[in-house]
Amino acid sequence: MAQINMRQAISDALWEEMERDEKVFILGEEVGVWGGTYAVTKGFYEHFGEKRVRDTPIAEAAIVGAAIGAAMVGLRPVAELMTINFAFVAMDHIVNEAPKMHTMFGGQMTVPMVIRTAGGGGRQLGATHSQTPDSVFAHFPGLKVVSPGTPADAKGLLKTAIRSEDPVMFIEHAAMYQVKGEVPEGEHLVPIGESKVQREGSDVTIVSYSRGLQLSIQAADQLAKDGIEAEVVDLRTLRPLDLGPVLESFKKTNRMVTVEEGWGTYGIGAEVAARVYDQAFDYIDAPIKRVAQKEVPLPYNQALEQHALPQVADVVAAVKEVV
Amino acid sequence: MALKKKDHLELYRQMVLIRRVEQRAAQLYQEGKIGGFLHLYIGQEAVSTGIVSVRKPQDRLITAYRDHGLALNVGISAKEVVAELMGKETGVSKGRGGSMHMADVEKNYWGGHAIVGAHIPVAAGMALGDQYMENDGVTICLMGDGATNIGFFHEGVNLSAVWDLPVLWVVENNQYGMGTAVGRASAVEQIRQKAEGYNIPNARLEDGMHIMKVREGVEPALEHVRSGKGPYFLEIMTYRFEGHSMGDPQRYREKGEVEKWEKTDPIGIYNNYLTSEKIATKADLDKVEQAVEDEVAEAVEFAENSPDPAFDTLYDYVYAEGE
Repeated sequence: MAQINMRQAISDALWEEMERDEKVFILGEEVGVWGGTYAVTKGFYEHFGEKRVRDTPIAEAAIVGAAIGAAMVGLRPVAELMTINFAFVAMDHIVNEAPKMHTMFGGQMTVPMVIRTAGGGGRQLGATHSQTPDSVFAHFPGLKVVSPGTPADAKGLLKTAIRSEDPVMFIEHAAMYQVKGEVPEGEHLVPIGESKVQREGSDVTIVSYSRGLQLSIQAADQLAKDGIEAEVVDLRTLRPLDLGPVLESFKKTNRMVTVEEGWGTYGIGAEVAARVYDQAFDYIDAPIKRVAQKEVPLPYNQALEQHALPQVADVVAAVKEVV
Repeated sequence: MALKKKDHLELYRQMVLIRRVEQRAAQLYQEGKIGGFLHLYIGQEAVSTGIVSVRKPQDRLITAYRDHGLALNVGISAKEVVAELMGKETGVSKGRGGSMHMADVEKNYWGGHAIVGAHIPVAAGMALGDQYMENDGVTICLMGDGATNIGFFHEGVNLSAVWDLPVLWVVENNQYGMGTAVGRASAVEQIRQKAEGYNIPNARLEDGMHIMKVREGVEPALEHVRSGKGPYFLEIMTYRFEGHSMGDPQRYREKGEVEKWEKTDPIGIYNNYLTSEKIATKADLDKVEQAVEDEVAEAVEFAENSPDPAFDTLYDYVYAEGE
């Protein structure tokens, strides 16, 4: 298998799907002539042309709204929001239009649309440009929310998302485009709504996704040196949430730590923990711990920002509290 | 296109049907048989009926929450409309949408959207779909004057001009956004002036109460868009009715009231036009009205006897391809 980075994996998925289906097109800020602000769509404009790689005004409601309309009449738009922080100005279209169309008209309309966006902190962009509000979007029935943690899953999930009949919010991490991993060659699809064990272990279950997955794997490697074998479950999809592999792992380890980069309050870890308490109460040997961002708007200062973000050491410490 | 007598009678029938269905709906609302909101179109029948009478089958329609009129104009049956108002499984949106969310995709009617202005970028996207697929359809997007003050309007209308989209923007200016007069909410008195800022050709149709004048104004606007010249912006003046009784043709047949009805009510104006131009006789129109009475009575009976959606269908249509 080839070792490629996250950027290339996402780019390949888009390219392959655009080659496969003429109805797939991209719209967003600087996706065309510029080649994408994270260079994901570099070379697309030259190859596919301005009809299918559409630069838009800086107007997120128009980007998502137009993608919804185009999807309703039969196209398969991939709308790019430069960062997830700009999704808030398109909030009505993301949570109040796209996920409602199918149900509200009794199944007459579908919105086969993908919103690609990048979230996450750690790049000294200040409080408004560094957020991880994934749980906000995962709150809404009708929307599917995907957030991959490896290049292979990024490619396979994005291809599935583009072929999905439902609107999918595809959340990348802005600090992970250089992360490398093995990606199967040829047609590679990963189903939406399936969690996956990314590292096996028997002492504790760490549940995470996206950049939190990286932290969790690194923490697990450190813990192994102390004789603690952590099993790491990657959610991959935040809605619909697949708890199967999480429960299976927990019934083996009886201990759990959740790891997410966003704030913990009303977060992904809170949801997972609540479901585990509900569905596997008899297997609990220790309180479920949550590792998350400290409850502040992220500061600019580099050291202070890193202090507010979850670190590998925080995961290690949380695990040591429960084993 | 010239209208024959039977065409006129059909348009008259549609206008009377809208009026009768809505008057009956107002009663059902007071009886507690219709829930939620009920926004009546009474007084504006000439606008939707005129527009639909000149559109071609490939022209898509989309509007805001005052959507029953268009629903009946495109040929959704009174049965399906009343059943939807009553939340029944037999309603046009299977009881999931209610008054504000009626659509029939097969009739190229795309709803019925309840967040003010949110459907404007969506309409731009539908027009993008037709442009992309090289269809010769025009998307006709109706909105109230109040919607032109929200950001969605400006993002969507700007995008339509930047991309030369085949969309006809229609503002139904009834001079009030809820309770606030246009002059207190909009910096320009003539809504069409807003199109100037986006370099979109535009016109204001001063008499939106006379269906023949609506047709005369809309037809060239539609052809402008169809010919590939990009969007067009049409402001149509209509007037708010004080209460429902004003529009009751039966009641205003009383001597002394008839003259007022013939001058101010779109149905009265049309009735007077048809008889004075000797296109139809009073007997012809009476016959149409009677047939509508029967149709509405039948529709209410149908809706009252229809089943509510079954509880086991609650999760139907949340996702197009399931979770």
